[in-house]
Amino acid sequence: MSDERTPNLPELVERGEPRSQSRRRAFDRGFLITCLAITAIAVLALGVLLGSILIEGLPGLRWSFFTEYASRDPAKAGIRAPLWGSIWVASICAIVALPIGIATAVWLEEFAPKNRITGFIRLNISNLAGVPSIVYGILGLTLFVRMFGLFGPIQAPELEIGGRLYAIYYDTMQEPIRVPAAERGVAPELKTGDIGYVQEIEETPDGDLIFTDRWTPVTLTIVPEDADAPEGYGIIEAWQAEEPADFEIERPWYYVQFPFGQSVLAGGLTLMLVVLPIVIISSQEALRAVPGSLRTGSLAMGATKWQTTRKVTLPASIPMIMTGSILAMSRAIGEAAPILVLGVALFITDTPSSLMDSFTVLPMQIYNWTSRWQEDFRALAATGIIVLLMVLLAFNAIAVLIRQKLQRPLS
Amino acid sequence: MTAAPHDPAGELFELANRGRSRSRRRRDGGEAIIKVVLAGCAAFSVLITALIIAILAYEAARFFMDVSVVEFLTGTEWSPLLGEEKRFGVWPLVAGTLLVTLVAAIFALPTGLVTAVFLSEYAPAWLRAILKPVLEVLAGIPTVVYGFFALLVINPSLQWVAKVFTGEELFGSYSAGAAGIAVGIMILPIVTSLSEDALRSVPRGLRDGAYALGSTRFDTSVRVVIPGALGGIMASYLLAITRAIGETMIVALAAGGLAQLTVLPWRQVQTMTAYMVQIFLGDAPATGVEFKSSFAVAALLFLMTLLLTLAGYRILARFREEYE
Amino acid sequence: MPLRLRTNRPLLAGLLILLPAAAGLADPASGQDLRRLRGKIAIDGSSTVYPITEAVAEAFKDAAPNVNITVGVSGTGGGFKRFAANETDISDASRPIKADESEMCDESGVGFLEIPVAYDGLTIVVSHSNDWVENLTVDELKRIFLTDDPATTWQDVRSTWPATPLKIYSPGTDSGTFDYFKEVVAGKTGTIRSDMSVSEDDNVLVRGVAGDAGAIGFFGVAYYLANQDNVRAVPIVNKDGKAVSPTPETIENGTYNPFSRPLFIYVKTKSSRKPHVRAFVNFYLDRAPKAAAEVGYVGLPADLYDRARATVKDRREGSRYVDESGHAKHGSLREIYR
Repeated sequence: MSDERTPNLPELVERGEPRSQSRRRAFDRGFLITCLAITAIAVLALGVLLGSILIEGLPGLRWSFFTEYASRDPAKAGIRAPLWGSIWVASICAIVALPIGIATAVWLEEFAPKNRITGFIRLNISNLAGVPSIVYGILGLTLFVRMFGLFGPIQAPELEIGGRLYAIYYDTMQEPIRVPAAERGVAPELKTGDIGYVQEIEETPDGDLIFTDRWTPVTLTIVPEDADAPEGYGIIEAWQAEEPADFEIERPWYYVQFPFGQSVLAGGLTLMLVVLPIVIISSQEALRAVPGSLRTGSLAMGATKWQTTRKVTLPASIPMIMTGSILAMSRAIGEAAPILVLGVALFITDTPSSLMDSFTVLPMQIYNWTSRWQEDFRALAATGIIVLLMVLLAFNAIAVLIRQKLQRPLS
Repeated sequence: MTAAPHDPAGELFELANRGRSRSRRRRDGGEAIIKVVLAGCAAFSVLITALIIAILAYEAARFFMDVSVVEFLTGTEWSPLLGEEKRFGVWPLVAGTLLVTLVAAIFALPTGLVTAVFLSEYAPAWLRAILKPVLEVLAGIPTVVYGFFALLVINPSLQWVAKVFTGEELFGSYSAGAAGIAVGIMILPIVTSLSEDALRSVPRGLRDGAYALGSTRFDTSVRVVIPGALGGIMASYLLAITRAIGETMIVALAAGGLAQLTVLPWRQVQTMTAYMVQIFLGDAPATGVEFKSSFAVAALLFLMTLLLTLAGYRILARFREEYE
Repeated sequence: MPLRLRTNRPLLAGLLILLPAAAGLADPASGQDLRRLRGKIAIDGSSTVYPITEAVAEAFKDAAPNVNITVGVSGTGGGFKRFAANETDISDASRPIKADESEMCDESGVGFLEIPVAYDGLTIVVSHSNDWVENLTVDELKRIFLTDDPATTWQDVRSTWPATPLKIYSPGTDSGTFDYFKEVVAGKTGTIRSDMSVSEDDNVLVRGVAGDAGAIGFFGVAYYLANQDNVRAVPIVNKDGKAVSPTPETIENGTYNPFSRPLFIYVKTKSSRKPHVRAFVNFYLDRAPKAAAEVGYVGLPADLYDRARATVKDRREGSRYVDESGHAKHGSLREIYR
C-alpha cells in the first residue's frame, strides 16, 4: 500500500457517483491545484531568498574572508572576529544550557510528582519559550553584564579572581613597567630604588616581535621631566611617576571579574537563557519517546529510579536529545537581538582569548553590513550570510547523522 | 508475601528491597541528593521568569514615576527623543507591532494551514520527503537573513509593483509591508509543522468514516479533519503570532524608524522591538527617561506574549481533554 | 633562532634597543619603533567622525600591529557619556564638548585634551527624484524643521514647488550632527519638530532619503560624497545671499555657511600617558588631512594642527569652548582654539 491514509476509498466511491458529486469533485481538484500552487510559491520564495544571497555573496567567499578582520574597505574585510566570537559564545552557551536543560527535562519527566506546582513549572517553561529574545537580552544586560550594579561599574570591577594586580608606569624607553599594586585606583608610592618589571621581547628572523609572558625585575629611577631625559629601562619621568597610566590584571584564561561586563561569558550566558526552554522541551519529548516498558523492566530488576534513568532511559533518549540540543545551538548562533542589547562595539579587531574578552558575533556583523548603504557592503553581508548558513547546515547535518547512526529500535 | 496485583513493578521493587544491604541504603541516600539537584535545575527556570518580571517591573515602575501610566496606555503620540514635550503614548509602537504582525498573519496563517492540509491529507510520500526538509530549512534561517531579504529584495519589489499598478511611489525605502511579509515567511514553518502535527493526530477512524460516506478529500479535510484538529491549529496560530510580535531584527532593518499610528502597510512604522533596539544601540545611560521608557515598552511586550502563550496553553489543554 | 634581548642590564639593553628602532618604522615624535607599541585604545562617539577615525586606526594598525583599537558609534552625546564614565580613551565628536558634559568629566575626575581634526560641511540632501529644489535658505529650513508653523508639503515651504508631502529624516539626539543642526536652525528659541524619522545610523538616513521623492535629510558631507549616486546635496543660501554647495573648497574657505563646522577628538589625559595612545594621536594629526580628504571632509590648515600637537605635548587640559564660569563660547575654530 503506497498511501496509508486513504486506502483507495475515494476512488471506489468515484466509480459509482451521481452528478451532484461532480461539483464536490471539482472543489477537491481545485483545492489540490491551489495547494500545489501555494506550495510551489513557498519553495519559490525559499529559492529566491537563497538565490539572491548566493548571487550576491558567493564571489566574496575567499580564504581571506575567514582570516581578515572587519575593515571599511569592502575588498579587505573579513569575518574572523565574529566567527570566533560566535564559536566562543555558542560553546559557553552549550556548556551551561545543556546540563541544566536536560536535568530539568529529566526531573519533569521522571521524578516530578503530578501536582499544581509542577504544572506551574511546565506552564512557565512554555511561556519562556515564547518570550521575545530581546527581553532575554535585557535580562542578560542587567544580570550578567551589570550584575545589578552590586559589584560596581563595568570598568572598575570590584571583584577580580585569578589575576594579579599591577600598576603600569611608562619609562623613558616607552616600555610599560609593572609595579605590584594592592588595590585598583590606589597608586603605589614610587621612589627611586623600587623594583618594577619589564616585559621581555623576542624578535624572530622575519622581524616580527613576540611579547613574551616573562617579566624581568628592574630598578626604578625617577627623574624630572626633561626633553633630554636619559633613555633606559626603569627610568621614569616624574610626571609619569605621580600616577599610574593604568592598572592591569595579569589575566590567565581562567580570570574572572565581577561584574562580567560586555564579555563573551556574559554573551554566552545570555544566549543560554534564550536556548534553555528549547532544550528543555525537546529533551522532554525525547524522554517521552522512550517506551515505558524499558523503565518498568529496569525497576523490576531492582534498580532505583535514578539508576534506571541513568543507565536505561537517558542512553535510549540520547540521540533525540542530541538532535534537539544541536538544533537549539543553531538557534543560539543565529540570534542577534540579545547580543545587541548587551552592547557590542562595531570595530573589533581581535578574537577572544579569555572569558572576559569583548567579542562580536556573526549575525551582528551581518546586521551591520546590511544596514550600510554601499553596494559592496551588501555583497559582504551576503557572503557573511553564506558563512552563517554553512555553519548552520553543518550543525543540522551533524544532527541528522547522529539521528541515523544512533537510532536503535527501542522496543 | 502479600500480593498487590495492581503494581507489579512496584511489588517487585518491594521484594527486591527486602534483602537490602548497606550499600543499597547508601545509594538511596545519594539518590535523594540527585533528586534535589534535578529539582533545583527545574526551579532555575522559575527563577528566570521571576527575574524577568522583577527587572521589568522595577524599571517600568521607575519610568512611571516620571510619566503617567494613563498617558502611556492611552496616548497616541510617541516622541521620546524630540519635540517640545516628550510624549510617551505607546499606541504608535503597539500599532506598528500589530500592523507588521497583521501582514505576517495574513500571509502565513492561511498559507500555512493549506500547506499543512496538503502535506497531511494529499501529498504522496515522495513529495513530503522533499517538502518537510524545505520547511525545516526555512525554520532554521536566522532572522537577520530575513531582514536582509526584506530590505534588499522584498521592499524594492514592492516599490516596483506599486509603481506599475498605481503609478505612484507608494513605498518608501522602509515599510511595514516589506517587514510583514518577511516575518510571515519566517513564521510559516511554525504554522505548517504544528498544524500538520495537529492534523495528523486526528484519529484515522474519523477520516475513514467520512470517506466511506462518499466524501472527497477536500470535504473530509474541511469538514472533519480541520475541525477535529482545531485546538492544535489555533495553538499553532497563537505561537506563530507570539513569534511575530517578538521579532526584532527584521523590523529593525526594514520596517522603519518613524513611530506613527497607521494601518497602511506602505508606510514606515516603528515596532516596540525596533524602538528598544534604537535605544540600546544608541548608548546606555541608565538615568534618562528615554532609556527607562524602553523598559516600560519591554514590560508591555512581555505581558502581550505572556497572555498569548497562556491562551495557547489553555486551548491546547482543552483540546487534549476532548480526545481523552 | 629568535634573538633574545636580555633586559636585566638596563643600560646595555637600552643601547641594543635603539639600533633596531632606527631600522623599523619610527614614531616621528620620539624616534621609537612603532611595532613595540602595545595596548588597547577604546574609541567611541560621533558617527560623522567615525570614517576618519576608522581610516586612521586601520593605517595605524599597519604601523603598530600590536595596538588593539576598537571604535564604536554611539553618537557624540553617547560617546561623551561613556567618556565621562571612564569607559573610553578617546571620544569622537562632531561638535565641541558642552559645558555640562565638561562638568560631568570634572566630577568623575576625567581630564581631557581637546583636539580638532577636520572640517565638515553639514549637508542637506534630497532624493534624485526631487527635481524642484534648487536651493534652500535658512529661513526655509526653519519652516521645514521647526515646530513653529511646520510645513507638511513642499509647497508650504515655497509656493512655486509641488504639493508633495514632506518626509523628514534626521540623525538622533545623541548625534553631534543633530546638535549642531539644532543650534544653527533652531538657535535659542526654536524647537525641532518631532514627527521625523530618526535614526542613529546614517546609512538608514541615506536609504530613506534616496527612496522617496519628497524626502529631506541631513548628515556630514562624507556620507553625502559616498552616496552621491543615491542622494543629492541642496545648495544653501549663505550669509552673502549666494547659494553654495558643500565642496572641499567652499567648506575650507568658509563660503559654505552656516553649516561648516569643525570635528574633534577628545583624548583622556590619563590615557595620553600611554605611549601607544600618544603615538596614535600624533599619528592621527599627521594623517588627518589625507584621511579626511579620503572620506570627503576637509583638513585643517597646518598651523591649527600645530596648535593641536602643542596641546598634546603640553598636556593642556580642558575645552577652550567652555570658559571659567561654565558658559559656552562661540566662534570660529581659529578664533577659539589658541
